[in-house]
Amino acid sequence: MNMAVAQDHSIADMAAAADLAGAVQFLTFRVDDAEYGVDIMSVREIKGWTAETRLPNTPDYMRGVINLRGSIIPIFDLRCRFDHGLTQAHAKNVVVILAVGHRNIGILVDAVSDIVTVESGAIKHTPQEASHGIKERFVDGLISFEERMIILLNIVQLFTADAEALSQHIAPETQQ
Amino acid sequence: MVTLDRFRETYLNECAELLADMEGRLVAINVQSADVGELNAIFRCAHSIKGGAGAFGFHKTIAFTHRLETLLDKLRDGRLPVTDEAVTALIKSVDVTTAILKAESQGEAIPEDFGADLAQELDKLCGTEGQVIANPGLVEKSEGERKRETYKINFAPHDNIFMTGNDPLLILRELGKLGDMHVALHDERLPQLPNLNYGQCYLSWTIELTTDKGEAAIGEAFEFVADECDLKIEKIEKAVQDDVPRQTMNRRASDAIDANLAVTSIRVDLEKVDRLVNMVGELVITQAMLQVQTRHLSVEQFPELLRGVDELSQHMRELQEAVMSVRMQPVKSVFSRMPRIVRDIAHQLGKDIALVMTGEATEVDKTIIELLADPLTHMIRNAADHGIERPEVRLAAGKSAQGTVHLKASHQSGQIVIEVSDDGAGLSHEKILQKARQKGLIAADAALSVDQIEQLIFLPGFSTSDQVSNISGRGVGMDVVKKNIESIGGTIQVRSEFGKSTSMTIILPLTLAILDGMIVRVGAENYIIPITSIIETLRPKPGAVHAVPDGQDVLNVRGEFIPIVYLHAVFGVANAVHDPAQALVVLVEAGSHKLGVVVDELLGQQQVVIKSLEANADPVAGISGATILGDGKVSLILDIGGVNGILDREDANHLLREAS
Repeated sequence: MNMAVAQDHSIADMAAAADLAGAVQFLTFRVDDAEYGVDIMSVREIKGWTAETRLPNTPDYMRGVINLRGSIIPIFDLRCRFDHGLTQAHAKNVVVILAVGHRNIGILVDAVSDIVTVESGAIKHTPQEASHGIKERFVDGLISFEERMIILLNIVQLFTADAEALSQHIAPETQQ
Repeated sequence: MVTLDRFRETYLNECAELLADMEGRLVAINVQSADVGELNAIFRCAHSIKGGAGAFGFHKTIAFTHRLETLLDKLRDGRLPVTDEAVTALIKSVDVTTAILKAESQGEAIPEDFGADLAQELDKLCGTEGQVIANPGLVEKSEGERKRETYKINFAPHDNIFMTGNDPLLILRELGKLGDMHVALHDERLPQLPNLNYGQCYLSWTIELTTDKGEAAIGEAFEFVADECDLKIEKIEKAVQDDVPRQTMNRRASDAIDANLAVTSIRVDLEKVDRLVNMVGELVITQAMLQVQTRHLSVEQFPELLRGVDELSQHMRELQEAVMSVRMQPVKSVFSRMPRIVRDIAHQLGKDIALVMTGEATEVDKTIIELLADPLTHMIRNAADHGIERPEVRLAAGKSAQGTVHLKASHQSGQIVIEVSDDGAGLSHEKILQKARQKGLIAADAALSVDQIEQLIFLPGFSTSDQVSNISGRGVGMDVVKKNIESIGGTIQVRSEFGKSTSMTIILPLTLAILDGMIVRVGAENYIIPITSIIETLRPKPGAVHAVPDGQDVLNVRGEFIPIVYLHAVFGVANAVHDPAQALVVLVEAGSHKLGVVVDELLGQQQVVIKSLEANADPVAGISGATILGDGKVSLILDIGGVNGILDREDANHLLREAS
């Protein structure tokens, strides 16, 4: 239920809210040569990579769980989610802990790059096929910022909306 | 509103306790020599419930508890004899009160005639059948803890009363302290002012005094003037319509507060305690981490640091114990429901059963206590219904007519042991085998050991009772009991001697927050298997594993064929040992069957703090939770039943593939 709330809380709404506030802030990070952004209000913390514990029978992009001061937090591999293979994670990699609905999750990225503040009007709608072959539903919008293009991610669609797909995933894997 | 709601919650909690208390005391009453103190205590319970119900406008509760109270009042005054009948009715009324209170507090509709039978019975016992209580709300206020009587006092001092230094005013004030007083002054004899002799008393009084102190107290007030006045004290036989209930109510309320102050315990929200327990869990992990990190340091170089880490670990252990003990409650709260159950069954079946309870003060985690109630009730019922025989049968067997059910709780090496035993008929092995064959639970020619036979009673659908009673014997029973006990990490055993006794033993962990785990390795992954579900670990000889045509591998353990599951296959772990003869098989109890789990090696045994995986991630089949080990890494706790489930699904997939 909370997730539905988070979903409703789309960039469009944020933009509308930002009209009143004037501007919106995003935390941006890199994976390969692409730059992605998430609403800064959903960011809980940024930490270095620590070894994960794999969860059995979950998709590859679900890296596993880590211990964040006593809480068990699932970590998702953004590169892998976009089908560019598993990240060879080491201490230089960064995990961004985000609050999504009532859950806290972490996403594994190459590096955090910037905090950008833009007028809400500067958020452009996604073209039919977004760049880097990312499916449209994963993207909330695009920002042009100082000659760079930042892809705003829809975290809910990316990592938590596919519990169904996940459970279907288990059956074939256990057949071997 | 919010405040009232909170009080309501408190009130309802208290009512539950009061009702339980009442029931316990009622069941314990000895009809031949009822203790007035006990009756008073029971009366106070009913009275407190009624009082609170008034505040929240639970009219039905008031009306019903009023009846209860009236009967109890008469019983404790000795106006009515304490009979078995009365006690039984009172016990039943505990249930009715509980039901009415529950319905009213949740705003549910109650049928107009709910509990009417019992109300009538209570009235009949009271001798007030048919007497309509016009306004229970009003009467409720007037009903005091002691009998209040009204006296009419004629007080006419002799003329010379002042000469002895007595002052009627002082006496009147004294009387006023005894209760509620109406004074009428007779001043007819008072002369005109010029004729007045100031040393003479011309006045007299008629006083109506309502008091609960009794006539003797009134007489005492006049003690010093007895010879110098005309005094007449008489009791007025009229319905006492107490019109000053507010004060008495308030006074009683403040009395109650005083009584509460004397108690040195407080009510704390369980959630707050849980938060505390969680926090301590974190500390334990951090402390373990520190210990691991400082292990390689030399004492010469860092004496202070190492001593600090050492002390920290000691304090942590104490802190953990202290916090865990906050969640602990004596098992008495569950045990206290049992006498009633035994009593009811004994009455119903014409048996004579004594219930002996020991170790009621044994403390167990609150969550466990709540989950223990149902299975324990069931076991007690079984013991009383199936176990204990009728008196004539017992006598014929050379036993005493009275059967004994023993309920015992104790701590044993960090675990809780609860034992229900009876000196009844015991389990008939032949009968069990016969039934099991009849129901197709075992093969007709299966040869079972005594232990295995006794284990059969835990199979679903099993009952040896020849006839189904409405108490037990429908065969929904011991399997559910076993499942319930296992769901809280416990085990259950049965031992019986035919014709002599049956005893069931439940062994439970002290708490659900911590678990004793065996750390096992599969490939590069570590998993934790709860120790309580492990039977044994073995390395099978080559050839001991057989493949059954349906694709399931089974392991021959001393003649018993146990299905085995390869953890690396189920969880998709690479680089694990595939051949069971080179790996290890951990035999576990999964629900009602045994299962062999193939792992690479055992890494050791450790107490772990259980963490929820589902708080942030989706549930994973075969994993019940997670924990954090001393190195700060997360380790997953196996859900044996769940692993079995994956196996079943695998079977289904096999079948599907074969079918297509």
